[in-house]
Amino acid sequence: MILRSKRLSTKWALAAVAVALVALASTACKKKNIEPFPASGAVSGWEKTSDTRTFAAKDLYQYIDGDAEQYISAGVVSTSTSDYKYQGQLEATVDVHTMADAAGAQKILEAGQTKDAKSTSIGDAGVAYAQSVTFRKGPYLVRIVAFQSTTGASDALQALARGVETRL
Amino acid sequence: MKNRREFLQAAATGAFVISSQSGLGLTTMFDQQSLHADSGKSRVVVARDPALHSPDGQLDEKRVLDLLDRAIAHYTGRDNPVEAWKRIVPVGKVIGLKTNGLGGKGISTHLALVMAVAERLQQAGVKPGEIVVWDRNRRDLEACGLTINTDASRMRCYGSDVAGFEDQPEQWGSARIRLSKILTGDCEMVIGLPILKDHSGAGVTFAMKNMYGVVDRPQDLHGGGCNPSVADLNCMPAIRQKVCFTVGDAMSSVYDGGPGFHPERLWQPNALIVGVDRVAIDHTAWQMIERKRAEAGLPTLEAAGRPPRYIATAADSTHQLGVNDPQRIHLMEI
Repeated sequence: MILRSKRLSTKWALAAVAVALVALASTACKKKNIEPFPASGAVSGWEKTSDTRTFAAKDLYQYIDGDAEQYISAGVVSTSTSDYKYQGQLEATVDVHTMADAAGAQKILEAGQTKDAKSTSIGDAGVAYAQSVTFRKGPYLVRIVAFQSTTGASDALQALARGVETRL
Repeated sequence: MKNRREFLQAAATGAFVISSQSGLGLTTMFDQQSLHADSGKSRVVVARDPALHSPDGQLDEKRVLDLLDRAIAHYTGRDNPVEAWKRIVPVGKVIGLKTNGLGGKGISTHLALVMAVAERLQQAGVKPGEIVVWDRNRRDLEACGLTINTDASRMRCYGSDVAGFEDQPEQWGSARIRLSKILTGDCEMVIGLPILKDHSGAGVTFAMKNMYGVVDRPQDLHGGGCNPSVADLNCMPAIRQKVCFTVGDAMSSVYDGGPGFHPERLWQPNALIVGVDRVAIDHTAWQMIERKRAEAGLPTLEAAGRPPRYIATAADSTHQLGVNDPQRIHLMEI
């Protein structure tokens, strides 16, 4: 009887350890619960002009249609997007793609580069053009695109990109 | 006008296949003999205005109506734009203008083009309430600069998110989808207003691919470079019969990285591509993209692994949506 009781308590102890390990692993793997989009005024001159919309991988087509394929094949988990305006004039959209791992973010970044891309020090790696900035940081791939070509747009976009980077 | 003379001669001999896709409208333009000419050519007009964009890339919206008028005049052989449009659209029918705002604000059908077409339609006798500007949803329409309006006393503008989709799916070949009620119920004729873009899967998106915006689950049609799905979808009776004419927006475009907006790959062909035959239009648009890619030092779409094979499929004996053989396309570049 005593022997059976000891066996049972050992089983329970092992089960508890297993549950704890699973919980620990789950916490370690889980992405940080981040809010990557700076509020209005958090980055000088930039105003957040829309609510944040988030699309799970299976719904990404609703946002980017055919472009969704390359993100899905690179392991996108979800995509969040919000609109911004700089000094009331320059309109931009910020997309934050959460990939399964850093390799997925790297794959998308490299696929989108052209010869005239200028590298930027934002995040782990990134490229900048006159009207766009794209960078990756860990599993995150961030793309910021302006809809007008104005003087100073590139600097303003890079400032916004840094504002997003610090929140990842 | 030399081109007009050519046009009249050809029309008289039935040399243009202009309505292989349409079941409504345009039938007043040519007699039945010309509609079914076996040895005919599909007419495609590419109208350009090099001054359409300023050096800093701003669209001069006032020039868009003139460009549209030139394109339609050459297509129909009528100098008066209102008379020309009377030959394209039926009176007393609801006309849909299917835009494409999927690419977002930077690369969507231009508002100036939508308004120019709507203006000429009204002058041709179409009542404001008989015009429905539509796309997938509010977001896509707003990307074009449009405002939602369902008041039937004015020009309407709404998406399939408002109208909904048919309860029963339809199937043609590989495509099994539910069609937007705007296409099946609200509109009796549709004019496609796509915008020219490179496409990461299909190679090119323009006249035929624009129809992905009329179905409930476009993601189901993206396998295999959208081939044969684009062709199959365009064979569905409601699309084949109602989408009678295309005024393609090639005023600005992305020649790589599409279908999303990539300002670093933005390009301004400053053109409208007009016609009935969506296959011939897409073939013409594809060649424009290829020329630009070559100029930019990019590989061909074939070399990039995404040739738009659906164009040839749409022209094959199974689909017969139009022609992709350059020898059978009467291309007018003006």
